[in-house]
Amino acid sequence: MLWQQLLNGLTLGSTYALIALGYTMVYGIVQLINFAHGEIYMVGAFVGLVLVTVWDVNLGVAMVGAMAVCMLLGVLVERIAYRPLRGKSSRLSPLISALGASIFLSTLMALIAGVNTRRYPAIMDLSSFSWGPVQVSSMQVIILLVSALLMIGLQFMVRKTRIGKAMRACSQDLDAAALMGINVNRVISYTFAIGSALAAAGGVMVGVYYNAVWPYMGTMAGLKAFAAAVLGGIGSIPGAMLGGLTLGVLEIMGVAYISSSFKDAIAFGILILVLILRPQGILGEKISKKV
Amino acid sequence: MPVLELQGVSQEFGGLRALDGIDMKVEHNTIFGIIGPNGAGKTTLFNVITGIYTPTEGSLIFRDTPIASLSSHKVARLGIGRTFQNIRLFNRLSVLDNVKVAANWNRSAGLLASLLGMPAYVREQKQCSTKAEELITMMGLYEKRREYAQSLSYGEQRRLEIARALASNPCLLLLDEPAAGMNSSEKLELMDLIWKIRDDMQLTILLVEHDMHLVMNICEQIAVLDYGRKIAEGDPEQIKSDPRVIQSYLGVEQ
Amino acid sequence: MKLLEQWITGIIDPYYLRIIILMGINIIIALGLNITTGVTGQLSMGHAGFMSIGAYTSAILTLKLGWPFWLTLLAGAAVAALFGFVIGLPALRLEGDYLAIVTIGFAEIVRVFFLNFEPGGKAVGLSGIPQETSFSLVLIITILVVFFSQRLLSSRIGKAMYAIRENEIAAEACGINTTHLKVLSFVLGAFLGGLGGALYAHYMYYISPQDFDFMRSIEVLNMVVLGGLGSIPGAILGAAILTILPEMLRVVAEYRMLFYGALLVILMIFRPNGLLGDIRLYDLVKPKREKEVKPCRS
Repeated sequence: MLWQQLLNGLTLGSTYALIALGYTMVYGIVQLINFAHGEIYMVGAFVGLVLVTVWDVNLGVAMVGAMAVCMLLGVLVERIAYRPLRGKSSRLSPLISALGASIFLSTLMALIAGVNTRRYPAIMDLSSFSWGPVQVSSMQVIILLVSALLMIGLQFMVRKTRIGKAMRACSQDLDAAALMGINVNRVISYTFAIGSALAAAGGVMVGVYYNAVWPYMGTMAGLKAFAAAVLGGIGSIPGAMLGGLTLGVLEIMGVAYISSSFKDAIAFGILILVLILRPQGILGEKISKKV
Repeated sequence: MPVLELQGVSQEFGGLRALDGIDMKVEHNTIFGIIGPNGAGKTTLFNVITGIYTPTEGSLIFRDTPIASLSSHKVARLGIGRTFQNIRLFNRLSVLDNVKVAANWNRSAGLLASLLGMPAYVREQKQCSTKAEELITMMGLYEKRREYAQSLSYGEQRRLEIARALASNPCLLLLDEPAAGMNSSEKLELMDLIWKIRDDMQLTILLVEHDMHLVMNICEQIAVLDYGRKIAEGDPEQIKSDPRVIQSYLGVEQ
Repeated sequence: MKLLEQWITGIIDPYYLRIIILMGINIIIALGLNITTGVTGQLSMGHAGFMSIGAYTSAILTLKLGWPFWLTLLAGAAVAALFGFVIGLPALRLEGDYLAIVTIGFAEIVRVFFLNFEPGGKAVGLSGIPQETSFSLVLIITILVVFFSQRLLSSRIGKAMYAIRENEIAAEACGINTTHLKVLSFVLGAFLGGLGGALYAHYMYYISPQDFDFMRSIEVLNMVVLGGLGSIPGAILGAAILTILPEMLRVVAEYRMLFYGALLVILMIFRPNGLLGDIRLYDLVKPKREKEVKPCRS
């Protein structure tokens, strides 16, 4: 029972981690909570659904397609809703604008696709096998594997490539990076693109795993993923992974051993506690305010 | 008895020692200058004194009260006013309100008194207004008292910050690079203003400044910081001739 | 009051009267959020949480304990204010963005709580609440709230709250206890939110957790942002526009959230201070300065 729950928790948690990465990367660079990020994840799930039902592609292709579309969408949202505000107005304005973008996207999807929950067709053999006392479904294996691969790829990119180095420079000091000749706007666009792609991959896999896709699925998932990013330490990439997994496990355990009706409250309860007790998160560094 | 006394004050930021065992005494009614190259820890010192940072080690005594662990607003209420290197005004408040908001938090009437407009509150408001108007008149800003602070010119903004710092009747005034960005005639006016404030209000002034001409002319006592340490202290003549200062800051003698 | 009520119901169509009453309630709620977010600059995205606490508290007191109406109103507002204090406490430590998330989380927890709360009728909600909220009552309370709001914002405490929004570090250096005032701004905002919620419950006969979801919080935020953060006439105008518009224009009602979302983005880009946020009476009556362009010396 416990091991089964742990597996379920890790599966859920790795999807939180995929979304949380986008929050943490964007926050690390522009100090903005990208509220629209949850909606990107939702759009990813829908794009995957369309690809699978209309073009009859397999899961891998659907995922790549969804990632590509969401990359564009993420960059577009940044261009329209955030870039015009950067560097000129108060801290409040970009946050409110992000909120607006989030509401706009989810409502737009509700108008296009309807508010009803849609289901993925049986595109693959979702069989499960038992491993000791634990029932493992093939989708769980896929989610864990793909998430791990994507996160390793992300780490590689951030550590080794040029754009990754530029990202790290920007997250240290945006102005200084600009003075060093880094094209800050480009780096920010890349950050949004990569974060959105990860979220889209998560969206498609969650859609298949829970067999449910609906326009408002991103709101709650996004908020929880943000909670995961904060839990791990916002701005820290390993922190987002750890936070996502921790939150997923805690949530599943809470549902299994406490009550399922408080499922959504668990994540927020944890979030509020973390913010009050250790605002820098598990892996985050304590930042002293600049004066 | 000194107004402000620092004993072994150190400030660390994640391993970086921004201040390293600073000892300093600031006597009443003096104009005390702090100089040093960029990154020497001058502004950090101001932030420690005004309670924005709590020093890692050491003690600060302000008129018999230890202030090292007090929060910023408590330090301000004890009688330390300050300005900021990068101007920090309340941009979308009027010039008058910028000053009024800082006036006399020590005897504030509560929420209920202000909501109901009790006599004590009304009287207090009046006193604040009079005081604030005096201050902005002194700074030559009376004509602009109803403008938003953000619409003032740079020099006016600097003067408004000083007016605001004076509003709470401080006995120690901290000026962080007051002459930054001013031309030479403005600097002369500023020097007169600092003297006038010191003499009229009988207060002590601690200032960080890069302009040597101004510092040497106006300060009676000067401390020199370098890499977080105090490397010299004395009157302007002593500082000018101190070999360590010349080497590390004023430039190697020709 | 009775006479006023009779007179007004006599001359105004019930449909319009309903809009006017809802508008009054929204104005009260928006003025509350205006103190927290508009004046003090503490972004609260969970104002509906306070509304639902006020609404449920007062409705339960009326239905289960038979308290008099005015007392349930006060109790609803007071309990909401208490939660405002609790949720304002993290404001002691948190920077703006985190606080916004905490407020969302708080409202979400409140909603889930009422979904599972037996005396509140769980997901079905509470029905049969007597309709005690009348036009004249809403009118009087609205006038009082506007009056005291104005008093507060022009007082030293109000100015200090603006100062916190403008520059927190400088506010501290001026001797302002910023933590104290940030919590106070939450308490006052929550009090008015709870009061509005209690009035709402006693007007609609029926409340359920869905009435106070995230979208409701956003609606209130939109009112304050549209009108102008920190401006009382702004909050009134914002509340009025966003109450009337969906009722009058079916298009707006149907695409309401789409419209709200786009509105937030567009406002932030083109008019971050809202319709009235940076306009003062003084600027309007100030005689236009002659714009004399000096000729360049040739």
